[in-house]
Amino acid sequence: MELNQTKMNLLREIAGLEAVPQGAYNIRDNGKLAGRNTTANIDIVTKTDKPGIDIIVKPGTKGERVDIPVILTETGLNDLVYNDFFIGDDADVVIVAGCGIHNAGGLKSEHDGIHAFHIGKNAKVLYVEKHYGEGEGTGERILNPTTLIEIDEGGSMTMESAQIKGVDSTDRVTKATLKARATLIVREKIMTHGKQFAKTDFHVVLEGEDSGAHLISRSIAKDESHQHFVSCVDGNNRSSGHTECDAIIMGSGTVTAEPRLNANHIEASLIHEAAIGKIAGEQLIKLMTLGLTEKEAEEQIVNGFLK
Amino acid sequence: MLELRNISFSAEEDGSGKEILKDVNLKMDERFIAFTGPNGGGKSTLARIIMGIVKPTSGRIFFDGQDITDLSITERANLGISFAFQQPVKFKGITVSDLIHLAAGKKLSFGEVCEYLSEVGLCAREYVNREVNASLSGGELKRIEIAVTLARGSRFTVFDEPEAGIDLWSFNSLITVFERLSKKTAGSILIISHQERILNIADRIVVISGGRIVKDGTKDEILPDLMTGSFACRALEKKEEA
Ligand SMILES: Nc1ncnc2c1ncn2[C@@H]1O[C@H](COP(=O)(O)OP(=O)(O)OP(=O)(O)O)[C@@H](O)[C@H]1O
Ligand SMILES: [Mg+2]
Repeated sequence: MELNQTKMNLLREIAGLEAVPQGAYNIRDNGKLAGRNTTANIDIVTKTDKPGIDIIVKPGTKGERVDIPVILTETGLNDLVYNDFFIGDDADVVIVAGCGIHNAGGLKSEHDGIHAFHIGKNAKVLYVEKHYGEGEGTGERILNPTTLIEIDEGGSMTMESAQIKGVDSTDRVTKATLKARATLIVREKIMTHGKQFAKTDFHVVLEGEDSGAHLISRSIAKDESHQHFVSCVDGNNRSSGHTECDAIIMGSGTVTAEPRLNANHIEASLIHEAAIGKIAGEQLIKLMTLGLTEKEAEEQIVNGFLK
Repeated sequence: MLELRNISFSAEEDGSGKEILKDVNLKMDERFIAFTGPNGGGKSTLARIIMGIVKPTSGRIFFDGQDITDLSITERANLGISFAFQQPVKFKGITVSDLIHLAAGKKLSFGEVCEYLSEVGLCAREYVNREVNASLSGGELKRIEIAVTLARGSRFTVFDEPEAGIDLWSFNSLITVFERLSKKTAGSILIISHQERILNIADRIVVISGGRIVKDGTKDEILPDLMTGSFACRALEKKEEA
């Protein structure tokens, strides 16, 4: 597999990859397969009915990692993929996805990934997803990921997603259904600047007894960017749900937080917390008393917040 | 080294100005100075004026002869003034180690960070990577605030009620910290305190009440009167009894 400097740079940004990964992987480059590896426990199969792949993890697989990065460097490309993850019972794996766009041209580059997770009984998944855009072109960089999650009894998923730089517009939809004792943790970090727009739409259904979900979003909206955070949790059984939106606005940035909690069962316990505001003046002052300028203080606070 | 000349401060309240400090004149050269006096007397406001967080309505401030009245907080910090807040600030994502490094302004070894933390009785291993957020107890935040201020190594350091919220056992070692600091510092320490044991180690005690300096002298001159309550220090008396 041959990847140029720009492409290796994107891989490093989104997946922390310095070289071709060791374990199972599938690299998608400008809408085409650029490289794939499977292991005894993890199979990757190209779909026949639509673009995309099936990632099949055998029951009981422990300690393996799958990398499925997507990179786009052609301007004007609109890439749509369907990826299905079948995680066998009792498996414990890490999945690193992500999309990097380098748009050097004047046309719009877009990647829409539709990821469906079918997580088996007592299986554990850590799913890390990073979105990144760069390029000197005037073309827009657009990412619209959809994540559909079904977690069987006792299973768990932790989803960590970050979009820190360079994506002009994103509309992220995450839908999850949890069976008995299943847990879902989502940690999302978003920073928007310029005229960017980011929408996050969570809908979690706590179907099974003692299921639980934590959705945590930390975001910074700078310049004239706008973010919209929707989190809907349905407690249909004895269950616990917690959503948290913590946002800093800077310049003329704006943020809307829209929680919706549906407690449909007497033992459902649902909490929503939202805090939106500019950087607290006293935080800036404290750092300035340590010798930092106002701008340096602001940087420290922003970096800490998104760390 | 630090001089306040005719400092007055009024805050806007319901359209009318509320006079908080009234023509304060003070020259501080001693190694260890203490401010005391009743709650609401104006001590913290004066400290904020020294650091540049609050601008006086009138009057000038001099540091080593230089007029710093119009300098920013950052500029004063870089000249050698530092300030441990009465109410420490909480952050999200910034760790104890981050703050100590920012304060020191250079890369420190784990041992050096550890030294600042053990000065205030905190075990470095437990605390260096803790976030300075609401999960820390009031006393822990207060100790971290002191450790961070020590890491500045400034020539003029203000501690605003450093003992507040610190348990009795640690209070003794805190006193030792200030005694040591006052011996080895090349500059001055100003402590705002209601505690007799802290006032006892000061070279000079300034009593501030109703926005004015009502008494100024050595501990032998001030402490006996403070204890009998001959100034308007009812709040202080109550605190001492408690
Ligand atoms: N910005 C402001 N607006 C209105 N009132 C203020 C302002 N700042 C300070 N004050 C008032 O000024 C007075 C002095 O406050 P300051 O915090 O300096 O007191 P202090 O001597 O430090 O008291 P304590 O011993 O309780 O810490 C108080 O009555 C306070 O309410
Ligand atoms: Mg005070």
